[in-house]
Amino acid sequence: MPGIGDSPPRPDGFAKVAGTARYVDDITLPGMLHGATVRSPHPHARIVEIRWHPERAPAGAVCVTAADLPGPNGVQLLDDSWPILADGVVRHVGEPVALVAAASPLAARQALAAVEVVYEPLPAVLDMNAAIAAGSLSALHEIGMDCGDLEAGLAAAHLVVEGEWRTGHQEHIYLECQGMSAWFDEEGLTALGSMQCPYYVHKALVHAFDLPAGQVRVRASAVGGGFGGKEDFPSALAIHAALLAGASGHPVKMIYGRQEDIVGTSKRHPSIVRHRTGVDRDGRLTALDIEILFDGGAYTTLSPVVLSRALLHSFGPYRCANVRIRGRVLRTNTAPNSAFRGFGAPQVEFAMERQMDRVGRALGLDPLEIRLRNVVEAGDRLPTGQILDDTTSARLCLEDAASRTRFRERWLELEQARTDPEADPEARKRGIGLSLYFHGAGFTGNGERRMKSPVTLRLLADGRIEALTAMTDMGQGCAAVFPQIVAAAAGIGAEDLVFAEPDTNAVPDSGPTVASRTTMIVGGLLARAAAELRDQVLGWRYPASPVRAGLSVADGWIAGPDGPVERFRDAARACRAAGGPSEVTLLHEPPEDQVFDESTYRGAAYPTYAWGADVVEVEVDPDTLAVRPLHVTAVCEVGRAIHPTLCAGQIQGGTLQALGWALMEEMKLDNGRYLNDRLATYIIPTVRDTPRIDVHLLERPWKDGPFGAKGVGELPMDGGAPAVAQAIENATGIGVPEIPATPERLLAWRGLRKESPEKP
Amino acid sequence: MKAELTVNGQTEEVEGAPMERLLDVLRQQLGLTGTKEGCGEGECGACTVLLDGQPVLSCLVPLTQCAGRRIETVEGIAEMASASADNPARRFLDRFVATGGVQCGACTPGFVVTAWALLQNDPAPSEDRVREALAGNLCRCTGYEGILRALAPEPEP
Repeated sequence: MPGIGDSPPRPDGFAKVAGTARYVDDITLPGMLHGATVRSPHPHARIVEIRWHPERAPAGAVCVTAADLPGPNGVQLLDDSWPILADGVVRHVGEPVALVAAASPLAARQALAAVEVVYEPLPAVLDMNAAIAAGSLSALHEIGMDCGDLEAGLAAAHLVVEGEWRTGHQEHIYLECQGMSAWFDEEGLTALGSMQCPYYVHKALVHAFDLPAGQVRVRASAVGGGFGGKEDFPSALAIHAALLAGASGHPVKMIYGRQEDIVGTSKRHPSIVRHRTGVDRDGRLTALDIEILFDGGAYTTLSPVVLSRALLHSFGPYRCANVRIRGRVLRTNTAPNSAFRGFGAPQVEFAMERQMDRVGRALGLDPLEIRLRNVVEAGDRLPTGQILDDTTSARLCLEDAASRTRFRERWLELEQARTDPEADPEARKRGIGLSLYFHGAGFTGNGERRMKSPVTLRLLADGRIEALTAMTDMGQGCAAVFPQIVAAAAGIGAEDLVFAEPDTNAVPDSGPTVASRTTMIVGGLLARAAAELRDQVLGWRYPASPVRAGLSVADGWIAGPDGPVERFRDAARACRAAGGPSEVTLLHEPPEDQVFDESTYRGAAYPTYAWGADVVEVEVDPDTLAVRPLHVTAVCEVGRAIHPTLCAGQIQGGTLQALGWALMEEMKLDNGRYLNDRLATYIIPTVRDTPRIDVHLLERPWKDGPFGAKGVGELPMDGGAPAVAQAIENATGIGVPEIPATPERLLAWRGLRKESPEKP
Repeated sequence: MKAELTVNGQTEEVEGAPMERLLDVLRQQLGLTGTKEGCGEGECGACTVLLDGQPVLSCLVPLTQCAGRRIETVEGIAEMASASADNPARRFLDRFVATGGVQCGACTPGFVVTAWALLQNDPAPSEDRVREALAGNLCRCTGYEGILRALAPEPEP
């Protein structure tokens, strides 16, 4: 029987390879209409008038505008400042202005032409540079933290090194575009679709339609990828589909095409991160002065919590006593940027890792050495004051990745090759780069404490256990990992288990499927609930305490000192039939030592951290400066890998997303319009762009994780880009201040260096 | 127009505009929703099906080109796999799951069809050949590692 650390086939695997898994676009109800969206062509404009011409639309088509909303015009997330439909003003290209529905997708597209919108364009803030020029008026959100004495740290420094590092938009490109269906019936409103967070959608529908919670039902279909992109947006799309369902009296399905998905939904925040770093003669950090600027786009969405996570990862896995960090999300007239795997950490860790490379070069220390001299260890304090626990593995990952790849020798060898005056300038250049990274798993700060998310396990009439959570499997594999955890914790087999579909009518609000919290937090709750339900069944079936004390459950059998007694499932069936204990609901209570002050940013921001180090070798074309990654070694400490194949799959996939972000995924804008709004122009890595990615999982079981597991989903997004940038510098001498490091940018930077060698 | 197609071995009579996409004919008229749309313009490969045994992007193939021709979809491969407890299609699909070739599943039918076509021509393809054959299929979840392993030579027992 497979257990923790085995990799059984994922339960949804065969349906997915056979094409029978049901995604939202695969489910069509009788009488269903298809919805489409009228979008703003302007980055900023006043809406003078919206005219609907039904005579120009296909028969039966309907149109909805902000004037038709039944409740407040806001998508409820952290607040409700994100309009459901533009009300008087549009603030980004692609903002929804009106909705139409008709009998087919084609008829819906025809109905779009029957909506006439008159705009009066307004001046727009088109990017971060313009937002900076506009001053603090443009800030959507602002936070800061201090530790020690920055000025004293800078004064004590042997060297102060400055740096400014930039990253661009990144589009999720989940292969299944956003999609949602909605309908009203005698029970109320139902939404069915592709989502990470059924209860976020539920809350937004209750708010928008002013309905009692019991009259709104949200169900997740199979989810064709999320990466954060289906954290907030499905709430808006569900409201849109439901508005059309209400207006037409029919079920309505809204399925975005790829171009519409890119134009209309969130991206990773572009960033500018400025560093001023004090370092002593031995290369030890004395001061970190960090300023973080994120492009939030037109509306707040989740930006404040993204910025919060950014602050708490901006100092990297390094020791420093004197730290000042300031963070701001700037408002621009572009689509709101929001959650994307890593949630603010990849941008700031890119900047910190690049800064460490620059500091190392300034002191003549190689990338491994400057990190070894500053790396955090168990028992160290982060700038927040949090004392790192005994699973802190930054040094372990760093040393393991370096020794597997003979990093230092190879880096020095390639430095010499680059600077060798005899070297053939026409030869392809090799470079190697290393990064060290960490990721706090679970919600930031007191998020988990506020939410107290529950899970429920209950006995079915046949003696099987049904598990109820709100988590969706968007590919990461909770459909496989949860049964492993429950089966191992209760001592039963996977065949004795049923997992309920995410449906708000059936499952409790165990929180959103985000923040690398699913296995660690919800899996941990399931493990405790499973042990508790097992004990309750045993206690009811064997009330005499001496007998009970000698019993255990393994492989689905209750066994005593003399061997197997009966199947657990038979005992459970009897217990349920006789009205004995049959259900356990547990709420997540964060460990008592996890206390965080959100006003001062002091305390334990995360229950624990996962750690990683990447080594990437690249080849650079001497003429075009096109970069090809040749090989990646990723060493990640994950607590415990419940399902090693899926765990490694997270790291392989996340690492490739990071390489894409570092090298090729570029979003250009023209007057607020994305120019790369198709897969023909927004380029993600194909299998031919992909190097071999060797993943090495290290395990230091964490006391509060299920069987020691930590969250892992976002960790690999943090390490790839800085390692690639360092490898490019090793190969070419170009400092790579901004990603993606496209050939065009690298050529421009090389040109600048020829004019003045101190340039990037 | 009316057209007769052979889909997964069955003769099907379909009707539609000559330029209707094969993808829509399969999904909407024949209920074969295993074939997915990822981009609608031939960039992602999620809608790959076999036309007379060759992989094509069904979002770019109009109905008028399909009359009288043979089409296989992921459902056809799954049907072969389900016909007996052990057969080449079953082993191929099971291995695809076991190696971590599947995460969200939205690109998976396209990869399954493309890879199956490759294996029909070359039962033990080199890694270069695999990469070349799969270069038109995008996956955002796996980093391709699990997919490459599904098509790599079986490790010695």
